[in-house]
Amino acid sequence: MSSDDKRLGQGLSQMNLGRRQILKGLAAMPVASAFGASAFFPSSAFAQAPATSAINTTGLSVTDTEVTVGILHSVTGTMAISETGSVQAEKLAIDQINAAGGVLGRKIKYVQEDGASDWPTFAEKAKKLLVQDKCASVFGCWTSASRKAVLPVFEQYNGMLYYPTFYEGLEQSKNVIYTGQEATQQIIAGLNWVVQNRGAQSFYLLGSDYIWPRTSNKIARKHIENFLKLQVVGEEYFPLGHTQFNSAINKIKLKKPDVIYAIIVGGSNVAFYKQLKAAGIDLSKQTLLTISVTEDEILGIGGENIAGALACMKYFQSLDNPNNKAFVEAFKTAYGPNMVIGDVTQAAYLGPWLWKLTVEKAGSFDIDKVAAASPGVAFDKAPEGYVRIHENHHLWSKTRVGKARPDGQFDVLYETAELVEPDPFPKGYQ
Amino acid sequence: MTQALSPRFKNLLGLLILAVLLAVVLPLVLEPFRLNMVGKYLTYAFVAVGLVLCWGNAGILSLGQGVFFGLGGYAMAMYLKLQSSTPEATKIQSTPGIPDFMDWNQITQLPFFWVPFKSLPLSILAVVLVPSVFAFIISYAMFRRRVGGVYFAIITQALAAIMTILIVGQQGYTGGINGITDLRTLAGWDIRTDSAKTILYFVNVALLLGAIVLCQWVRGSKLGRILVAMRDKEDRVRFSGYDVASFKVFVFCLAAALAGVGGAMFTLQVGFMSPSFVGIVPSIEMVIYTAVGGRLSLLGAVYGTLLVNWAKTSFSESFPELWLFGLGALFIAVVLLFPNGLAGLYRSHVEPRIDALFGGKGRSGSRPAPAPAE
Repeated sequence: MSSDDKRLGQGLSQMNLGRRQILKGLAAMPVASAFGASAFFPSSAFAQAPATSAINTTGLSVTDTEVTVGILHSVTGTMAISETGSVQAEKLAIDQINAAGGVLGRKIKYVQEDGASDWPTFAEKAKKLLVQDKCASVFGCWTSASRKAVLPVFEQYNGMLYYPTFYEGLEQSKNVIYTGQEATQQIIAGLNWVVQNRGAQSFYLLGSDYIWPRTSNKIARKHIENFLKLQVVGEEYFPLGHTQFNSAINKIKLKKPDVIYAIIVGGSNVAFYKQLKAAGIDLSKQTLLTISVTEDEILGIGGENIAGALACMKYFQSLDNPNNKAFVEAFKTAYGPNMVIGDVTQAAYLGPWLWKLTVEKAGSFDIDKVAAASPGVAFDKAPEGYVRIHENHHLWSKTRVGKARPDGQFDVLYETAELVEPDPFPKGYQ
Repeated sequence: MTQALSPRFKNLLGLLILAVLLAVVLPLVLEPFRLNMVGKYLTYAFVAVGLVLCWGNAGILSLGQGVFFGLGGYAMAMYLKLQSSTPEATKIQSTPGIPDFMDWNQITQLPFFWVPFKSLPLSILAVVLVPSVFAFIISYAMFRRRVGGVYFAIITQALAAIMTILIVGQQGYTGGINGITDLRTLAGWDIRTDSAKTILYFVNVALLLGAIVLCQWVRGSKLGRILVAMRDKEDRVRFSGYDVASFKVFVFCLAAALAGVGGAMFTLQVGFMSPSFVGIVPSIEMVIYTAVGGRLSLLGAVYGTLLVNWAKTSFSESFPELWLFGLGALFIAVVLLFPNGLAGLYRSHVEPRIDALFGGKGRSGSRPAPAPAE
């Protein structure tokens, strides 16, 4: 939900918890990696590990025993609440990879930098990670704005970024792997589903005012009008952090759309769903479809305020498969039993794993070889099921529709039968 | 009174030391990556220097300098964006030849106010003129009506908020919250290489030293003395027949123009511009740089800017999750222990010794004594 989120409501209730869990996580870290090292390295792994000179020809930070990667998220500032989950997921994945023998016989060491919710800081830190630390890959960024700020840096210094957030598309780079969904993957299947299952005929589009909601609503409108031949009865945008939705809600009551399509982000969500409920709109009767509310947001909104709403994502914490059960358990063991895992957190967890698989496929840490080897890399232990990297560096993923429960989790109502092809430059939707 | 060193000579010496530090020492000891970061910090120093004149000397506290920094920065960014949006580079878009974010927002033609930014001379002119004209309109309207002090500060802060909302809201024309990104060349010259960044660093240092000299000249002139008089007793100056508002407007516009130049240099060295430099928080941060440096000292403002930003970077690299506390502690320490900032520290502890060293007796009385807090 690439945004300048201000999850203040959520922030206040979670802040203490979050800090403590981070510290706990940090404390657990050395133990886990030490265990990994002693259990797997001394005997076999070193003997088989290829020579450093052969697998690192461009001067990345790779030694005979270690490889350095970067983690670049905001752990301070307004985005910290959203990005902390991604940091935790990435560290968890790195620990698990180390415990299983590392990458090409090398243990992963990470350098963490704070983007501080500030886009130039992201650019500065990205440059530091590439130029000074010579990171073999970087896992990071959350908002579109931070990605746009670091993209030229990654292209200029030839780095590799694994970007976890679902986003607006319209971008493709040799130096980025997008482990979240681009807009069409999140929108089309969800719209089709409400039309087929709820008999929807008319839609009211809402969004926060920046590139991701606008682009997403543009795609939604084209799909509704040109492909489904149905009607959009209203479209409206609100500044980030907006908290007065009464006039919009009145218009919705007047127009009586079959579906409210909401792409409101961050702290605004809290006000929006509470005011919706106060205005007497019952989400068990009125269909509301959102692509911007995950389990993380519900912590702030309150499950009772949003129960009944539909969300279109690729991952829900409640997914019932063995990969996900193991993932949720490992996550809670590392960071505490009350943690919730949203769509983006899961996508962040994929980053280190996909990189490891790609490096092993390429037989090299060199960025050019990793970029070239990426298409076709598949990860079958993904919590969301099975994912594969497309030629355009996005992921083939399933799209799922979930219904919010009062306890803050989702019941999965539907998932696409096949993986949905990523299409960052969708023809007919521009 | 005995005077070992005249204030004019001391100013010159201070400037010389700063020039040697920025133009010789730092480039020799820092690698290009760190030097580029110092270059970025120094762009904020333009704002801090302007604030010394505006706030320290004339007593006009502006909490909206980010607006002018942003206007200068956006003017430069618009030019650079048009440079990198050639039809060949943007052929993937539905309308090639316009900036990518316009295409994403279904704009099919370059808006009229972007057209002048195809020309480099016009863009450079805009970097200075747009902020000053805007500052003129605002300050003329307010100072004519004798709005000053806290009210002025609040209004400038509101301006910073309005500007951010405007830029974020009009994303088809401004790039919205993402800002204007992916800037590559200046008149065909690739600004992303290390050598280009080093050259830009030296240009930046030269401009900054020029700005300091200009401000020193203003402060030393009759105009500068009127500004101080206005700060301390505005009514008396008015009753003496001076047009107080015009002086205030002038100094506010000068500070705005300097901020604009800083913004443009920022865009050139960092490679993008976004609304996060325009809003309330960066505007207040810029005031903090000046306060840490000492709001009466032009050179102090530069050192203050460097110190705060250096602390920000190094704390955040060493303690990614705790650095904000360190920075907060630094601010509290400065305010509690050295209310007149680095310059005050220098004046009370270092300067007397230098004077003594050169055979003078005690402190030099010709510098303006630290003003009472406003």
